[in-house]
Amino acid sequence: MRTWIAFWNILMKDVRNYYLKPPNISWGIIFPLSWTLMQMLRSYGDVNFAEIRRLLPGLISMSVLFGTTSMLAVTITFERRGRSFERLLLAPIPISAMVAAKLSGAVIFGMFNAFVPAILAALLVDLAGVKWGAVLGAVFLIALNSTLLGLMIAVSAREVFEAQTFSNFFRFPMLFLCGLFIPVTSLPVYLRPVSFLLPLTYGTDLLNRWILGNSMLPSELCILVLVGYAAGLFVICQYNIQRKWIL
Amino acid sequence: MNDQEVVVVKNLTKRYGNLTAVDNISFSIRRGEIFGLLGPNGAGKTTTINMMIGLARPTAGTVLIKGIDVVKSPKQVQAIIGIVPDESNLYGEMDGFENLCFCGALYGMSKAARERRARELLEQFHLAKAGKRPFRAYSKGMKRRLTIAAGIIHQPEILFLDEPTTGIDVESARQIRQLLLDLKEKGTTVLITTHYIEEAERVCDRIAFMVNGRIAAKGTVSELMDSITPGHTIRLTADRDLTPFVKELAQRFAICTVELQENNGLTLTSKERIPLSPILQYLDGLGVSIFEARELRPTLEDVFVKITGIEATVLDTEKEKGGLGK
Repeated sequence: MRTWIAFWNILMKDVRNYYLKPPNISWGIIFPLSWTLMQMLRSYGDVNFAEIRRLLPGLISMSVLFGTTSMLAVTITFERRGRSFERLLLAPIPISAMVAAKLSGAVIFGMFNAFVPAILAALLVDLAGVKWGAVLGAVFLIALNSTLLGLMIAVSAREVFEAQTFSNFFRFPMLFLCGLFIPVTSLPVYLRPVSFLLPLTYGTDLLNRWILGNSMLPSELCILVLVGYAAGLFVICQYNIQRKWIL
Repeated sequence: MNDQEVVVVKNLTKRYGNLTAVDNISFSIRRGEIFGLLGPNGAGKTTTINMMIGLARPTAGTVLIKGIDVVKSPKQVQAIIGIVPDESNLYGEMDGFENLCFCGALYGMSKAARERRARELLEQFHLAKAGKRPFRAYSKGMKRRLTIAAGIIHQPEILFLDEPTTGIDVESARQIRQLLLDLKEKGTTVLITTHYIEEAERVCDRIAFMVNGRIAAKGTVSELMDSITPGHTIRLTADRDLTPFVKELAQRFAICTVELQENNGLTLTSKERIPLSPILQYLDGLGVSIFEARELRPTLEDVFVKITGIEATVLDTEKEKGGLGK
């Protein structure tokens, strides 16, 4: 019970203090909105509504990736710098519960980001046939993996700017390598193994299947890889936290 | 470990590469006492506290809190201790009341219980009017008081305070010292680190001098004083020069060493307590009036300087860096 009270309050604090702040709400809306509009207008400036559905899996993946990785890394680094994070480390709850609470806030924020392009698309084109329940599950798995990647950065970074710099190193390549806007099958052969090492490839593939009806890999395999990836990242993060934060 | 010892530190060592921050220290804290770690910055006080609360891993040695090994069961220990770090590290964007409630929640307190306790503490710490202001808008002294309040929201049996009065105004420092005494009164065991000698002398039951990662001496204030000047010294101040009486006094009161002092004074030093009445009567019989008789004791500062070899000016400089605090 004690752990649940602490978990819930850490989550609510993060939501109130970080995720519901105007700059983050505006980021969560404007970033996916501008990408959606950019993609719509990219063909010689003509508005191409038909493109929207095809682009939706990539836009959703990108929104989740950027929302989660930056937010968690920045908030944790910020709290560590102000030493308020020590309060959480010293709370009489398992560190895994504390980390899970921090992750949950970022995952929720990432999922909120994901549905901005989805709502915009729903207003502009017919999204009949989309399996929304499955899409929600896929978005959750993408958000969880991206958040854990953000946590790995947060564990290593000492300063907020370091966290932002590190996260850009893997976020931007993922935009091009994970099939968001360029199908993995269209990539040069020597780059494809890199794509298959990145969890976002599997998340985007799930979204392709449930939004567009076609995918590269079986959904069961993608889910398995994403769950395994998340579990592995969680274990690595836990180990690194114990090693780096309890000096 | 006996029943009275709630904290036992044994051969505790912490090394960072080639640097030994804490070097094989041992001490224990008894139930309900205020124990002080006194030393300059860099002495290893904060590292010691961090190992005791589970925020740092000892390189060697053990820390037992109520018989529980901190390294093996840090979370079990953290449930029964309160921690006030050397920096006021609450959340700037949250107000005082929210900060306290959040800290209560980290210890699993129910909503009603933490809200009730937060109100109590805001009153107790004279922060009730500031309870709805964001923490970042507080003065240093207010931040410090709220941070201490956060450390005791769950009514811990043992409280760790790292430099609680550094850098704050006189009034806040006084309130904090009074609060420590009140906590002791209620049975809380307190470990405090400080580089204020007067503070340690005023509030601590026992003190350990810490220098370069080692404990140079420990004991009650009296024990520490006795360790450098065994015995008693009394200074008498008379209405006239006492030179003609020194030899006779020394013969008559052979347990004492008599030394003439300036301004019509003399000192009597003995290993045993010196009975004053016979001396005063004797001098009175000689027509000498004594205006003042007082026992001379070394200050804790004298003891600290003598034992550690560190001049008090080093600590004074740190006080200036830290702020007023007195």
